Parts: sequence; structure tokens; C-alpha cells
Amino acid sequence: MPVTTEDVAQVALLARLSIPEETMEDVTGRFTRVLELVAELQQVDTDGVVPMSNPHDMEQRLRADAVTEENRRDELQKPAPSVEDGYFLVPRVID
Amino acid sequence: MNSLDLSSATAAQLISALRAGTISSLELTQAYLQRIEKFNPAVNAVVTIDHEGALASAAAADQARAKGAEGPLTGVPLLHKDIFCTAGIRTTCASKMLANFEPPYSATVVEKLNAAGVVTLGKTNMDEFAMGSSNETSYFGPSFNPWDLKRVPGGSSGGSAAAVAAGLAPLSTGTDTGGSIRQPASLCGITGFKPTYGRISRFGIIAFASSLDQAGPMTRTVEDAALMLSAMCGLDANDSTSADVPVPNFHTALNGDIKGLRIGLPKEYFSDMLNADVATSIHAALKELEAEGAILVDVDLPHTRQGIATYYVIAPAEASANLARYDGVRFGHRCDNPTDLMDLYARSRSEGFGDEVQRRILVGTYALSAGFYDAYFKKAQQVRRIISEDFKKAFEVCDLIAGPSAPNVAFPVGAKNDDPIAMYMEDVYTLSVNLAGLPGLSVPAGLINDLPIGLQLIGRPFDEETVLRAGHRLQLRTDHHLKTPQIGADQS
Amino acid sequence: MSWETVMGLEVHLQLATASKIFSGAANKFGADPNSQACAVDLGMPGMLPVLNEQAVRYAVMFGLGIDARIGKRSIFDRKNYFYPDLPKGYQVSQFFEPIVCEGVFQVPLSDGSLFPIRITRAHLEEDAGKSVHDRFPGQTGVDLNRAGTPLLEIVTEPDFRTAEQAVAYLKALHSLVTYLGISDGNMAEGSMRCDINLSLRPTGSDSYGTRTEIKNVNSFRFVEKAIAAETARQQELLEDGVSIVQETRLYDADRDETRSMRSKEVANDYRYFPEPDLLPIVLTDDYIDSVRQALPELPAAKRERFIAQYQLSDYDAALLVSSPDMAAYFEKAVTLCDEPKAIANWMLGDLSAALNKEGIPVSQSPVEPQNLAGLVARITDGTLSSKLGKQVFEALWQGEGSADQIIEARGLRQVSDTGALEKLVADVMSENQDQVAQYRAADSSKQKKLIGFFVGQIMKASKGQANPQLINKILTEALDSD
Repeated sequence: MPVTTEDVAQVALLARLSIPEETMEDVTGRFTRVLELVAELQQVDTDGVVPMSNPHDMEQRLRADAVTEENRRDELQKPAPSVEDGYFLVPRVID
Repeated sequence: MNSLDLSSATAAQLISALRAGTISSLELTQAYLQRIEKFNPAVNAVVTIDHEGALASAAAADQARAKGAEGPLTGVPLLHKDIFCTAGIRTTCASKMLANFEPPYSATVVEKLNAAGVVTLGKTNMDEFAMGSSNETSYFGPSFNPWDLKRVPGGSSGGSAAAVAAGLAPLSTGTDTGGSIRQPASLCGITGFKPTYGRISRFGIIAFASSLDQAGPMTRTVEDAALMLSAMCGLDANDSTSADVPVPNFHTALNGDIKGLRIGLPKEYFSDMLNADVATSIHAALKELEAEGAILVDVDLPHTRQGIATYYVIAPAEASANLARYDGVRFGHRCDNPTDLMDLYARSRSEGFGDEVQRRILVGTYALSAGFYDAYFKKAQQVRRIISEDFKKAFEVCDLIAGPSAPNVAFPVGAKNDDPIAMYMEDVYTLSVNLAGLPGLSVPAGLINDLPIGLQLIGRPFDEETVLRAGHRLQLRTDHHLKTPQIGADQS
Repeated sequence: MSWETVMGLEVHLQLATASKIFSGAANKFGADPNSQACAVDLGMPGMLPVLNEQAVRYAVMFGLGIDARIGKRSIFDRKNYFYPDLPKGYQVSQFFEPIVCEGVFQVPLSDGSLFPIRITRAHLEEDAGKSVHDRFPGQTGVDLNRAGTPLLEIVTEPDFRTAEQAVAYLKALHSLVTYLGISDGNMAEGSMRCDINLSLRPTGSDSYGTRTEIKNVNSFRFVEKAIAAETARQQELLEDGVSIVQETRLYDADRDETRSMRSKEVANDYRYFPEPDLLPIVLTDDYIDSVRQALPELPAAKRERFIAQYQLSDYDAALLVSSPDMAAYFEKAVTLCDEPKAIANWMLGDLSAALNKEGIPVSQSPVEPQNLAGLVARITDGTLSSKLGKQVFEALWQGEGSADQIIEARGLRQVSDTGALEKLVADVMSENQDQVAQYRAADSSKQKKLIGFFVGQIMKASKGQANPQLINKILTEALDSD
């Protein structure tokens, strides 16, 4: 299935990536080649095969409902690019 | 420095010397730091050196040993792949996105190795976010293969492999999502082990593809790998996928022979994709195992080729979600003067991530998007089960599976940059092992024109012991793993 | 043309666990911004989720509480979208295989009848953080304390036709979850948030119209008003021949209207896929049985029992069981004074009025069950008239002691001594000779009115303490003799 630059632009929007106009053709070309490779999946008959999400058939372990974390805000916010009064700041969002 | 040659010293030898008191950890650490200073400009294997921290923990290690309070690895220097979070030492994943990130916590593996007594020298170079097979996608520039500085060390744990090969540390950590420990180990002539998925906690390791990622030791010998693995694994309550299985003493597991051990040779691993010289060396190594009493049998892994397609859907899909947290809000790169939220996201991410990472995020996003989920992601998860079943079937007639770790020796830097598919083919023999979650070991199997190649041994789930024992028997019979490169010899 | 409103509800219920669903950070309302968000909640590199056992138990309790099928193998999925209050860029939720599957919830209506609502599913997920838009000029502040709070999202089939049904469902749901103790159900603090999927269709049609989703309505009253506003909006559009746009809307209480949420304009493609950091939740029959055994008596069963055991009306029983505290109050009072009907009347009358006026829950009532029981006992045994009872209730509310102490201190004991009452009657009759004469000349219907006059005079003279039944008897006899 051929992929157009519009398709790639749409996927980039979903992924919140900005692809410069001048590289769009190249990105689309490489993208297409990867899709051609993964198209080999279609050679395999998977009728009735249960999808596998994890290598082992293990079950989720449960954690006791206990508070084990204390307030480490100052430390945890150190890597943050923009913080004020304990809030992370982003450009104004309009709801 | 007594009789120790750090360019080829093993951790086991260093531990003996430390125990005997013929060398202190401080002396050892200083010596490795000097080697890093001397050789790293050529190999670019280390991206962060923790001089002060290393000397402080070496001094502490010497004190602990003097008090008789030592652990199994007390005073042994080590380098961590820069994907392991290390409290107080920047952790970059070789990405501009995290170029200044100092995590306020350490990975479970880092803490376990600290508890065992290691001295952390610094962090190693890698492909950005572990996405690559050549170490060329690093924000810090490629690492170079110590055997030939014009060639790649493999990837993504290329810096860790190059560092051990160059004798910048006796031990390093790696992670392996599709071959990222085994392929660079093969290309750099060292021992690299990816244990069973779930053996080692993933907590604090920066995620690439959660259902495939697994950490492991990168060492000179299988014996060192066993020592290091024992210190790294065990159930971790912080990782839901960490396996609740007993942890054997992997070092004692090396004892014993491999008489009667059935080693399966998948014919798909010896197809025309494999370089003929590599095939010859692999067959020679297998002969050695046969001489140890192992029985070689033929097995089929019929979906080996489709494993590539399967991997290149599942890994990017998981990665597309795992890397969504890098949005310029709480940590990591943020673009200058964002005009609005969309601008903040798109510019921070496109400036912070390199091309290969962005390419994989795009592919993964596409494979999960409306209308394509069934044809790509679900289909890949179904083929994944088929591949896993293929291994189960093979293990009905054998105890181990053997083959090459990579189809070729190290390739020149830049050779595969224009063709992502050619690069992806590098991992054809390793990817399926991650899909099935099995333990896989790469051990040196000889040199071709002074370039190393590796033999891969694949085991049943949680049967690391058999894999290690077979690898160890090979190293008792051969000296491939003892060969060391003359760094920059032909250039100077 | 007449139109029918068709609605399905999605309720996001915050579970009352001590810690978050996937981390050990505290799950409390109102902490300083980001002081309760740990590295896992912030989605920091390398952090991984581990599931809270209590959140699972609460979800199963809910499922059993509505007789739903429990998903014995449920899985978590990632719901992918970018938003500043969503730290990882995905929400961990359950899309493909939820923990609570289909069930039917019997909702009691005000007439005492039951209205069945089909529950599609209920699934576990993590809450997002909160954005603050008015504090920083040109910027939005993000507080991730709420991120990782365990949520149960309860989804119904489109079974609602009126706002009344929707509110009755939400009230019944609120009652159920507080009985189960799985949530405080505090709508003002966002513990229970409601999304309304609403569409119109011509009456009699059995196909569905295009629906809109009204997000995060946070009180019963707003649910009613939002439904009215959106119904009116859609009806106007449809009657003008304009088609409805499927979109997310917000109810603006100040303007009593719904408006489109611009921030959600970018078409979302959530790309759900199984969360690889978590494994399937597998529940055994033994586990489910043990949870079932430990369930408290639920509102429906309690209501039935109250009707049978205490001979209460459907209506009274429904009101008394609406909250576990109310029901417990009632039963405690009844064990101390076996007058269920009278206690119910006081609770649903004066007590509820006083609590509503002060805006406090029954659990904090200054009149405790033993005090109300004491009051009712004194009315039943004739010590107090019901009028005096109200005075005593006021005093109980003010904390002046028990009913008996108040009666004693205020000298409110009802006079039932025949001799004293006969004297009172005689005094009033002699002071009102004219009215006595009028009474004796009047026909029986007129006499009834005049009796009222005498009773009033006697009560006034006795400062309200005369036993009204006895007064009636003595007065009638005295007037009718001679």
C-alpha cells in the first residue's frame, strides 16, 4: 500500500512530531520501505492465533494498598524546564 | 600494577587480586580511569566519566574489604550503559532529549550492583534510546570498534561492548531489545548475555519496548557474565513483569560438563544471508562443543525471516507510547519560546529526538492507528506467538539452540546509514529471541581478518545455567575470548 | 414533531484507596500542587506501574454489587493522547477486556418502583492531573497530584429517557458505592464525575440520532440542567434542519448552556493496545467468592428488609437506606426505642431539615440516635405532646443534653393529671361564659369549631403542657353535661 506525504503528516501530527517540508519526501520514502518490510507479516497464516503481548504467561502481581512515597517534589521537579509555585508550566491551554 | 594487564584482565582475576591484597580498588579504579582518558577519545565508548564518584566508591570498597564486609564484586570497576538511571549521574539515553537529565533515582540493577560492591566509572555510549545496531544514532556521535576504528562496534549497547573490548572496564551493563547486547558483543569480540525476559528488573531502565527489553552483563568471559548476572537478577516488586523464579548461583552452574547436551542448529540461521566466513567460524566453534560431548541436531525455526517484520512492528509500537512522555513539560528538552501547546510538543520532540527515533515513532504510531491495528499490530502479536511456539517445538528435540549472533563482522561506519532495512537485517538472528523472551548468549568464536564474530547460544526460558555452562566449556577449550585489539595500531 | 431524548451515562468514580492505583503515593484530596505525585505518577524515565490490590478488590465489589459478570481475566491497555495533565502521554485503562462486564442495576424511582439500567461495563483506569488556567499569565499550571488516582469508569447502555431517570440512577449509584465503601462519592471534589451521551430521535423511532458527549458534570442538579440545556439545543437545531455534530461539550453552569470543547478539536485516535508493563489480572472463583462473602448489606436488600421488618412505606424505606449512615442511625435509634414509624418520621422530617439547613451529614448530627430515641420514647409514653417534642428536638440540636434532661430542666412534662386538668377546664369555662352558652346552643358542626377555641385557651393557660387527648375528653364531657 503506497504511503503519501499526507499520510505521514497525519501520523506525525498524532505523534506530535514536526517534519520539515524539505525532508518530507525522504521521510516518506524511508517510511514506505519499512512498511514494505513489515508487509511480510501478511505471509503468515494467523487464523485463530491468540495475540501475544508478553513473552511469558504470567499474571499481574498486586501491591498492598499502602502509602510508601513521601513528598519529594523539589527533587523530582529539578529536571523540569518550567516550574512555578510547585506547578509545571505550559503555554496557556484553552478548554 | 603487578602482573595484571588491564587490556585483557577479567573480573574474576581482579577479584582474586583484590582478595589477595596485591592491588587495591583505588589503584585499579585509577588505572581504568587512565585507560579511559587515553583510549576513549579514539573509541568514544564512554559519554560520562564519574571521576570523583568512582574514586570515592573505590576507597569505600577498600575499607569494606579491610573490614571483611565485602560483596561478590567489591571494588571491581564497571561502566553502565547510559540507559540505566543513575542517581546523581546524568542519564541521557544518548539523546539530546535527555542530554541534561539527572535522575533522582537509580535503576534496581544499579542498586543491586552497588550492593554487590562495584565501582561505577561512568556511562557508556549507545544508539539513541537503544534504537540502532551500530551506535551511529547517538547524540554524542558514534562509538568506534576497537578492532578497527573505522568500523562500528554494533548497537545499541555499542559503547559498553567497545569499552570492555578496549579494556576501559572489565564489566559493563547492556540492554537488549532485539539483539542490542549480543550483536555488539559479537562485533567487538566480547561475551554478552541477554537473560530470559523477566530475570532482571526493568525498573529504572529507560524503556524502549517494554515487552522485549532486558538488561544483561557484557564481559570478557562467561565466568564474569555469571558472576555479574548473579548480582543483577531477582524479583523486583517495582516491576510487574519481573519474574518470581528462584535465582540460582550462576557461577557454580558453570561447573559440570555438557556431555549428551543436544544443541539444535536452525537451518534458517545458516542460510545464504550468512556470510560464508562467519559460517565457517561458527561451524568450527560448534565442532569444539561437539568435542565436549554435545550432540548437534537439526531444528527448524521457520519464521525467522518474518521475525524481522514482527519485531519492527511491535518494538516501534511500544516505543511510540513509551516515548510519548518526552513532551518538554516535566523533564527533558524543551524548545525555545513555544507559541502554544502543539508547538511545544512538536518542536520539543522533533528537536530532542534524532531521525531514527522519530522514524520508529512514526512507524509505531502508524501500526497502532485506526484502521491499521489489526493488519499490523495485532497481526504482529499473532506471529509473535507463532515464533514463540516454533522455539518450543525446537526445544522438544534439543536443549540449546546455536547459531551466529550476527550475519557479518563489523561494517564500516556510515555503510548502512542510507538503508534502514539493511541495518535492521543485522539483527535477524537475535530479534526472535526477544520476541520469545528467551536467554541468549554471544561468545567470541574467532576472528575474520582481525574482526571478531560471535556464536549465539539460546536456551529455554529461565534456563540460563545451561546456556552459561555451554559457553564456559567453549571458553575452556578455546582462546577467542582472550584476544584483544591493538587500539589504533594500524592508524598510528 | 415530538422528540425523545436518549442517554447513556459514563461515571468516573474515584476509588477510596490509601495509595494510587500504580504507585505508593498518597491518594488524598487537596494537597499542595505536585506534593503527592511521585516519580511513577510523573511518568519519569524508567518508572513502572505496579497494581494496587485494593483497587482490584473495590472493582470486584462493585461488580458483585450490581450482579455483573466479573472478568476473570482482564487486561490493561494504553490509551494514547497528548495533554499536559497526562504525564506519560497515555492513560492506562482497560479497553479490550474490562474487569466488570455486563450487569443490570435496579434503580429505585421516587414512586417506589424499580427501573432497570443495563451496565455495559466498568473498568479500572488511572485519573489524570489537573490544569490551572487562571493563575499564571499566559500559562497553564499543571498539578499532577490527581494523576494515578484509581478510577472505576462505569458505562451504561443508552437506557435513559429523562433527566429524572438519570439523576435517580446517579443517586442510587452514589448510595451503592458509599455502602460498599469503595468511594466517598463526593461530587464537589470530583470523586464522582458524570459524562452524558445524549441524542434525540423522533418519538417512536428505534434508531439513534447523532450524539454529543457532555463531559464532567459534577452535581445532580447540574446533570438535570445540562440534560435540559443540551436537549433544547439539539431540538432547536434538528427542527431547523441542522444536523448534530458528534463532539465533546462542556456544561457551563453560569450561562446554563453547553458549549463545544475547543481543546478536543484535534481528532483523536487513541491507538489502544495492551499495556506491556502490566500483566493480565487473573481472578479465581475463590477470590471472587471471598469478596462476595465480605460484601455489606446493600441498599436494595436493606430497603426490602426495612419494609418487612419495620413496616415502613416504600418511600420512607428508600429514603432511609439512601446512605449507610442514615440507615445505621435509624437502626440504632430503633433498637433503643421500638417505634420505627415515629423514628422514621422524625428523621425524614425535622432531623433531615435541620441537617440540610446546616449542610452537615447525618454522621455529624448533633442529635445522636440515642437522643432521638429518647425523644420519641417520651412522646410515645405521653410525657410530651408532639408540639413539646419539637421544642425538645430544638434543645437536643443545641446540645442541651438528653430528652429527659431537657424535659426536667425546662419543666416541659405534659400534664396528664385528671384532677389538675379538670380544674383547668372549669377555670376556662367560667372565664368564658358567653362561649359556653353559644356552644350549648349550637348544632354539632358549629360545636366542633368552638371546641377548638376552648382547647386553645386551655393549652395557653397550661403553657402547652396539658395532654391534648385528655383535655379533649374532659372538656367535651364538661360542656355536654348540664
